[in-house]
Amino acid sequence: MTVTIEDSQKLRTFVAYVEDKPGVLNRIASLFRRREYNIVSLNVGRTHEDGVSRMTFQVAADADTSRRIEANLYKLVNVLSVEDITDKQAVIRDLALIKVRVGPERRTEVLQLCQVFRARAVDVAPDTLTVEITGQQGKITGLVAALEPFGILEMVQSGTVAITRGEEGDAARSAKQSNVRGISAA
Amino acid sequence: MAAPMNEVTNRKVADLTVSPRTLSGAQLIWEALVREGVEVVFGYPGGAIMPAYDAMIQYPIRHVLVRHEQGAAHMAEGYARASGEVGVAVATSGPGATNLVTGIANAMMDSIPIVCITGQVSSAMIGSDAFQEVDITGVTLPITKHNLLVTQPEEIAPAIRQAFYIARSGRPGPVVVDITKDAQQKTCDYVPDNDPVRLPGYRPEYHVAAREIEQAAEMIAAAKRPIIFCGHGVIKSSSTEQLLDLVGRTNIPVAATLLGLGGFPASHPRALGMMGMHGEAWVNQAIQEADLIIAIGMRFDDRVTGNLKTYAPQAKKIHIELDPAEVNKNVKVDLPLVGNAREILGQLIPRVKAPDVKDWIAHIEDLKGESAVLEIQHMPDNGRLFAAHVMHDLWRLTEGKSLIVTDVGQHQMWEAQYYKHDHPKKLITSGGLGTMGFALPAAIGAKFACPDDDVWVVVGDGGFQMTACELATAAQEGIKVNIAIINNGYLGMVRQWQQFFFGGRYVATPMKSPDFVKLAEAHGLKGLRVTERAGVEAAVKAARDSEETCIIDFRVEQEDSVYPMVPAGADLHAMIRRPGHASVEPEPSEASTNHNPIFETGKDE
Repeated sequence: MTVTIEDSQKLRTFVAYVEDKPGVLNRIASLFRRREYNIVSLNVGRTHEDGVSRMTFQVAADADTSRRIEANLYKLVNVLSVEDITDKQAVIRDLALIKVRVGPERRTEVLQLCQVFRARAVDVAPDTLTVEITGQQGKITGLVAALEPFGILEMVQSGTVAITRGEEGDAARSAKQSNVRGISAA
Repeated sequence: MAAPMNEVTNRKVADLTVSPRTLSGAQLIWEALVREGVEVVFGYPGGAIMPAYDAMIQYPIRHVLVRHEQGAAHMAEGYARASGEVGVAVATSGPGATNLVTGIANAMMDSIPIVCITGQVSSAMIGSDAFQEVDITGVTLPITKHNLLVTQPEEIAPAIRQAFYIARSGRPGPVVVDITKDAQQKTCDYVPDNDPVRLPGYRPEYHVAAREIEQAAEMIAAAKRPIIFCGHGVIKSSSTEQLLDLVGRTNIPVAATLLGLGGFPASHPRALGMMGMHGEAWVNQAIQEADLIIAIGMRFDDRVTGNLKTYAPQAKKIHIELDPAEVNKNVKVDLPLVGNAREILGQLIPRVKAPDVKDWIAHIEDLKGESAVLEIQHMPDNGRLFAAHVMHDLWRLTEGKSLIVTDVGQHQMWEAQYYKHDHPKKLITSGGLGTMGFALPAAIGAKFACPDDDVWVVVGDGGFQMTACELATAAQEGIKVNIAIINNGYLGMVRQWQQFFFGGRYVATPMKSPDFVKLAEAHGLKGLRVTERAGVEAAVKAARDSEETCIIDFRVEQEDSVYPMVPAGADLHAMIRRPGHASVEPEPSEASTNHNPIFETGKDE
């Protein structure tokens, strides 16, 4: 087997299961900082299982670096499983809340725009309208561009979250095994 | 499926009392350490660790009072390196803990299993900037394999068990267990736990598939100019016997990394010597010409490879390595074999077929003929004292059997070049981090691990002074080591770089030192001075015969340099040779045409 090294940097998406313990996010962030991995987005949240958090993160890296990111994450004691889902079929979503400066006279116009992007209004005030949108980053960027002429007052985005389509993902399965059986094979 | 862990985790666990007992957290620390087989710890007391110290006298633990906590960490490392077991350092919170940091980083870089127990301010005060509070788990996060903050007495024994398991399993490394003062003071019921340590996210075992072994065997059989690299992993996995078997079957020559010295006997006819920046000329030349590298337990450090663009351009590479994160990190390899080196060699040996290496061996012998390194040790005695003389004579007089602990700098490279190590774990040195001040405390730790060994500290005048306070520790503990100070009145390696790359401007490198003979005497120890080669033998013998620690102040040539030298980032075959040597100009490679190794300074790595 000759290892072929792809030189091209591209946006890669990882899923990781970690123990829900204090300092775990710090360990992961510290690893990325120390190894100069170029992180684009990072999201952590609890899962349906007690004590287990799930991370989604996106890194600009070539395939070779991404293998080492995975290997370095596995070296962290609190990391249960890691999966590079870049080349898998997956649902990948961001959530954004955008507050636009708009009064009653142009509100309908904004709402129509939102419909095109399948975004929805979540708050209306006399002079502002807050819009929620979920979707891939490109869709959010599109809506931002469309709303910009009205005047965007604030905007906030979650990190990207991702889940593979179809069967249970490798990271999920592997995390469960490690949890149930303690130490097990990767 | 991972291998059962019982073997590793329950090693040396003493017989246990099963009925629950009420113990203080402080007692639990020692209870847990004793159960891990710990007999000696290196430490320094202070406020936040005082409850632990107070409980220590109830347990069969020898405590070595260091003079600075950096010494404690290095002693723990020296103990671990010499014994293969986990070394233990103890310190208080705040400055006690931060003083350990250099030793912890050193252990991390060289994969040394140590456990550092630190006191922490009481849990109610954490985060309040209390007296002697430092977030040591935060500070050591990037330089430990793992660390734990313990705030409850119930957590102490499990945390220490985990720490030992993590430190010694897989690719070993340092673990810090930070224990708050109130956790030491409170009591709890304690029942010893004998189950294997279970950490859901920690799976350090890797195994190689049979087809990968087959592929390695095919690559070896097809090779014309193969070379084996013996790295630290050979020593750490106790694979010397397997490596000897492999070489016996294949006749492939073996080059060693600095930390791999001794992993393959230097006197073996196929042993080439050390590779890299100060490796022998023929070794680096052979690497550049090789068509197959079988790298065992090493990580292609920049001091080993030089310029990666021109490194071993013709060689296919098999990388036997325990840590998957090391694969393809610096050098792209053709076949990674991830797992324990001894296990992999054990699988490979029955399948391996000897390649035809007759011409290759003959060629390497030719290269050896014009060696730069060999000549100085045979240089006639003209009254001057060269460091190479000291190393060569030390090797001769100790029959190569001593346990040598070196510091960092010129003397370290001279030792590596001239002291031929035939046995593993008999050279202890700071490799990855390059920590000056390592040698003396590490040697004290090593002496505890191997009390019957003739332990020599080989150290420069600069590095010695960084941790010279530990002489008092040696004196107090009645520890006998021999200390050879290679005293050239300079921070020699920096001076050498200034000479080669910085126009000969010796900025901040000339060094005035105390009278080392008097310094030894001030500690109630023995001190000797040698200024010419004729005096080496008598001094070495006198030191060995001395009951107490003995310092020999070797006044060597002041402006001698370590040759050959591959400048940082230069092509491996572009060596600076000892002046007067008929220099062999290497063929300039495409990447090196605009690169003059002699004057390179900008890209020092």
